[in-house]
Amino acid sequence: MTMQEQWIAFMTIVRKEIHRFMRIWMQTLLPPAITMSLYFVVFGSLIGSRIGPMQGFSYMEFVVPGLIMMSVITNSYSNVASSFYSAKFQHSVEEMLVSPMPNYVILLGYLVGGSARGLLVGVIVTCMSLFFTDLNIHSLPIMIGIVLLAALLFSLMGFLNGVYANSFDDISIIPTFVLTPLTYLGGVFYSISLLSDGWRELSMLNPVLYLVNAFRFGILGFSDIHVGYAFAGVIAFVVILFVYCLHILNSGQKLRN
Amino acid sequence: MTIALKIKNLTKRYENGFQALQGIDLEVEQGDFFALLGPNGAGKSTTIGILCSLISKSSGSVNILGYDIDTDFSLAKKQLGVVPQEFNFSQFESVEHIVISQAGYYGLPRALAIERTEEYLKQLGLWDKRKVAARMLSGGMKRRLMIARALIHEPKLLILDEPTAGVDIELRRSMWDFLRKINEQGTTIILTTHYLEEAESLCRNLAIIDQGQIIKNASVKTLLTTLNRETFLLDTREEVEVIPDLPEYVLRKVESHCIEVDLEKGQSLNELFSVLSEQGVGVLSMRNKTNRLEELFVSLVNQGREAGAAK
Repeated sequence: MTMQEQWIAFMTIVRKEIHRFMRIWMQTLLPPAITMSLYFVVFGSLIGSRIGPMQGFSYMEFVVPGLIMMSVITNSYSNVASSFYSAKFQHSVEEMLVSPMPNYVILLGYLVGGSARGLLVGVIVTCMSLFFTDLNIHSLPIMIGIVLLAALLFSLMGFLNGVYANSFDDISIIPTFVLTPLTYLGGVFYSISLLSDGWRELSMLNPVLYLVNAFRFGILGFSDIHVGYAFAGVIAFVVILFVYCLHILNSGQKLRN
Repeated sequence: MTIALKIKNLTKRYENGFQALQGIDLEVEQGDFFALLGPNGAGKSTTIGILCSLISKSSGSVNILGYDIDTDFSLAKKQLGVVPQEFNFSQFESVEHIVISQAGYYGLPRALAIERTEEYLKQLGLWDKRKVAARMLSGGMKRRLMIARALIHEPKLLILDEPTAGVDIELRRSMWDFLRKINEQGTTIILTTHYLEEAESLCRNLAIIDQGQIIKNASVKTLLTTLNRETFLLDTREEVEVIPDLPEYVLRKVESHCIEVDLEKGQSLNELFSVLSEQGVGVLSMRNKTNRLEELFVSLVNQGREAGAAK
């Protein structure tokens, strides 16, 4: 395929993925908007007003970046996992596998599709948050850079989940038992400086902590960790997972007989 | 004549140890309408799966319109359109969206994809259903949707894996007409089917595959001339109480007004009718008991299995 043909094929997947999550917006866009609004009301306004400032910021200001990042992560992940598994389940993935499209185009198409949903939900949640607090952005490049990388990273993880899943249960197990605990314990609702030494060191092993803190730094200018570590770690994981996902597609595991 | 498909010593052993293909050699000329026949589990779908890269081969080579599927992967795939046995599209997407997306996967510009989608959906009688979700279509419509999708990049070789399975007679005939038309326009077609009437009516050449081996590869005409015996059903004017005693013919009573007769190659129907008439049996009408190709198919498959068992 020429580069132009590959571009058309790539855009076809991206368009299809965006069309899919827009078509079922009641399942994909509305729930995170409602859930996050409830978080803002309960944790930000009702409970947050009694908590007092966190690292010099009101509790609402403190949790908003974490909640935005949380919605980007979970939506990027679940979009690719459910869309790819569904294509596998209905065998419509064969439409792509029989075509001359290179495997990296398939992978990139799904990653951009998943990231698009994650970022759109992120924008929606950000807009909702403006009803509760003001956002004064400290560093736009850091904020955008880390949110793009996070969407990409969790789209890759969702892709892996979609490839290896054997049932619809399998695509909810990881979000429920891995992603949610990591997110809740990833510094969304608190600063790890509040934790004892042991728990703080344990928290440092949580990749979500780096994403949340780097994003919070982009907005508030405050972070529990060094932002450079966050970027380096996320870029490294993105590269490793991309290569691994491509290897799976090339080998045909779970997709070709 | 250009070769549309050349398969050489193709083998497939699945992970569970099952040897699905035991070294197949096959050539299909460009422009041909070719039938790949065989009983269930013979290796037809495995062969097609390998051609369209959904199944990886164990050894051997496959060449499509001069492009090797290993070394010229992309060009080989561009020549090929596949209509699989099972429905393999998203049930929730609209008909036109499925076809336009498939065009995109082959790198067709969107304007051209939309134009061709209209053309093929109209030809296949699906234009009115273009906005309908695929799950709402009838079985026959779903099959036609898969044909439209397979043709959208205008492949030179079209493979159809049992395209008329579960389709009513009227629709089957209209699909035959459509396939004949695109074959006349230059598309090489390879068809697998369990309806041997379909193969006899449409195809010029055929291969019979059984237990992972090609047991016959010939033109349909040539093959039918090798048929040594045909069984006919004769509807009689009068009730036949006792089968006439005719030493030269094997006759059996089917019903009160129907007898069947085995005719060896060279035996004349005229003579049979004369002899029956002399015995007071008038024949109103006659028909083949089974499709001629079906008789050959059964006989060849049985011969192959007996030969295999003897070894």
